[in-house]
Amino acid sequence: MLSRTAASLYWLGRYVERAEFTARLIEATIRLDLLSARPAGEGAWESALAVVAAEDGFWFTGEAVSPEAVGRYLALSQANPSSIRSCLDAARNNAKSVRTALTREAWEAINRAWLFVRDVKITDGTPAALAMIEKLKAEARGFEGALHRMLRNESSFFVRLGAAIERADNTARLIDVKYHLLLPEGEKVGGPIDRDQWTTILHTVSAVTAYRWLYREGLRPGYVVDLLVLRHEMPRSIAASADEVVQMLTAIGRRLGRQGEADRMARTRQLMLGRSTVNGIIAGGLHEFLRGFIADNARLDHAIGQQFRFQ
Amino acid sequence: MGNPAFDEVWGSAGPEASREGFEALAAWIADTPPHELDRRQQAAEAAFRQLGITFAVYGEDEAAERIIPFDIVPRIFSASEWRGLKAGLEQRVEAINAFLADVYGPRRILRDGVLPAELVLANPQFRPQVAGARPPHDVYAHICGIDMVRTGPTDFFVLEDNARTPSGVSYMLENREAMIRLCPELFELFPVEPVDDYTDLLFSTLRSVAPHGRGSEPVCVLLTPGHFNSAFYEHSFLADAMGIELVESADLEVDDDIVWMRTIDGRVRVDVIYRRLDDDYIDPLIFRPDSMLGVPGLMAAYLAGNVTLANAPGTGIADDKAIYSYMPEIVRYYTGAEAKLPNVETWRCRERQALTYTLENLDKLVVKLVDGSGGYGMLVGPTASKAEIERFRDALKAEPHRYIAQPTLALSTVPTLTEQGVAPRHVDFRPFCLTGADGIRIVPGGLTRVALREGSLVVNSSQGGGTKDSLILADRPRRRSIGPQPMRSGAD
Repeated sequence: MLSRTAASLYWLGRYVERAEFTARLIEATIRLDLLSARPAGEGAWESALAVVAAEDGFWFTGEAVSPEAVGRYLALSQANPSSIRSCLDAARNNAKSVRTALTREAWEAINRAWLFVRDVKITDGTPAALAMIEKLKAEARGFEGALHRMLRNESSFFVRLGAAIERADNTARLIDVKYHLLLPEGEKVGGPIDRDQWTTILHTVSAVTAYRWLYREGLRPGYVVDLLVLRHEMPRSIAASADEVVQMLTAIGRRLGRQGEADRMARTRQLMLGRSTVNGIIAGGLHEFLRGFIADNARLDHAIGQQFRFQ
Repeated sequence: MGNPAFDEVWGSAGPEASREGFEALAAWIADTPPHELDRRQQAAEAAFRQLGITFAVYGEDEAAERIIPFDIVPRIFSASEWRGLKAGLEQRVEAINAFLADVYGPRRILRDGVLPAELVLANPQFRPQVAGARPPHDVYAHICGIDMVRTGPTDFFVLEDNARTPSGVSYMLENREAMIRLCPELFELFPVEPVDDYTDLLFSTLRSVAPHGRGSEPVCVLLTPGHFNSAFYEHSFLADAMGIELVESADLEVDDDIVWMRTIDGRVRVDVIYRRLDDDYIDPLIFRPDSMLGVPGLMAAYLAGNVTLANAPGTGIADDKAIYSYMPEIVRYYTGAEAKLPNVETWRCRERQALTYTLENLDKLVVKLVDGSGGYGMLVGPTASKAEIERFRDALKAEPHRYIAQPTLALSTVPTLTEQGVAPRHVDFRPFCLTGADGIRIVPGGLTRVALREGSLVVNSSQGGGTKDSLILADRPRRRSIGPQPMRSGAD
């Protein structure tokens, strides 16, 4: 397989995942803003920008933080390279240039989502915006479904590898922002706002029910961290994403008959996560742990690019 | 316009009569209700859209991906018509390759004064960079698309030789697929020559011209400018059908005059490049330094004989419209025989007399830029406005050497589905000729382009043209039927 084809497939996976994550993030922020007993207000939208490291980018638009302005920036702005619209543009361009490596279903899922987002106008807290997000999530699921029906060869492995790397990054960012940025001064840990915020984070990764199944004791931050960082059975957890990265790299390595630096890094990471405990992570500083993980993930991304000659 | 055009099915007598040998098609057209034809046509176009057989129109929004309109009524050539065309095409591409080998080699034709030396040597399509270099197996134009027009039962003319990177063959193949699916009864009515082995023939042609000593399994790739190119669908279609990699220039690198492609499994040496990129863009070191496309060093690898480029750099000199007017002499010079396929009469405006004639008859002639294509930079006198004619008059006077003029031909028509039912529309024809180390191969078929507007002579897809399937009838009895078979009962 051409390196460029592999790179396009890998980035296709990353962009679709990122688009879906951003959609989920907007949904969570709308919830946090509207449904909370004590509305978090602008703080919610500011933290949404922080999650995707887009505070500076948004600041340059010159607009004040408001649900409409941030929602539009996150969903539709073409000035924002990580907006849903930009991600789908990029995903579709990547898909188009490797069209023959994809099945028709996979291509159509991306094309449909792209056509749909092109026509979206509103992204504030209205039912229309929530409906838009539901639709996007459905398309993303459709793409994932189509992916699982593709031949189990490098094509689907690279898309899934990209998605797993992106998912690991997104989940880590999400937890990190909660831990540091969302805690208003004077507000007690374990207070109502704190609980709302953790619930919202669980909601962002579709984990509210999963949490209830696994931890019967009501909402406790330590358990949320455990669920989102260490539980392998939680599909969007950091540990599960790290597992999938190893699986995909192994599958590709088996096809090529050799492995490289990226394989070693990915397995080391998996091992470290396996030895970690939630108490250890919190004692060492959750923020430091997550920062370290995001940096590691970026190094792994770089190693993947080197190993398969993306550049 | 007003010219009584020859219709390939109905002759000159209109839908009531039909030409001998074409009765069955005429009857099929008459018996299939227009709404049924329309339904099938829409089914075909819906399938093309889903497959993504689209092209981008330059100057329009990126999102404006269109499909080329497809016409459900096929065009038919009899076996003997095709035999004549095929012999003429073989002779023509043989002459084109001989001409290229000569002008980039000993230049005998210029010494013998068959055509003016400066017309070749000072032509922007002449590439002095490859003069003296011989491509592997001495083949220059591996893939030619010869544009033909017709004005009567036996009157075929070559309108243009496309010896650079002719496109359209994917339409020939996809149109046939659609016809077999939607009009299977036609293939019961006629013994039709198949076209579906084109990609196999193309692949064996490419492999046959690999540099010497590269073994029996040379690595071939198709080089595309990328997915923003208007013909990208065709590029991916052909690469897919041949099972070869579809590469962009960034996928290739040249090291010590060897071309490699970057794969996830390391570098792989490339032997043959079917490039769908113009000369200007293949190597920024040699041609355009501002090109973002090209592969630096590719030309050095080519000149060292380490890679085959199909078509070879410099073939544009053979399809230049100024050279075109000399093709009858060129064919005679290299094959020793008269051209079996005549040219359209052409006035070279660089010559004083021709220019005078052209300026006096602008309202009757078709005037073309020698280096224009796709229907751009062209004047169709009889349908042009006064203002357009005057604009061309000024342009001609300013730079006469850039233009040629041809009479407005009464192009043949073929019955075509229109909003008013089936009616005659003008067509042209582009068969595809492959030249490998082991000879010339021409698939019995080609791309028929049809001007969908009544009376229009411009068939280019960028100017509102459509396509049709072109059925070549076989001499043998018709193929075994491909429709559903009646069940046989019991043992026999």
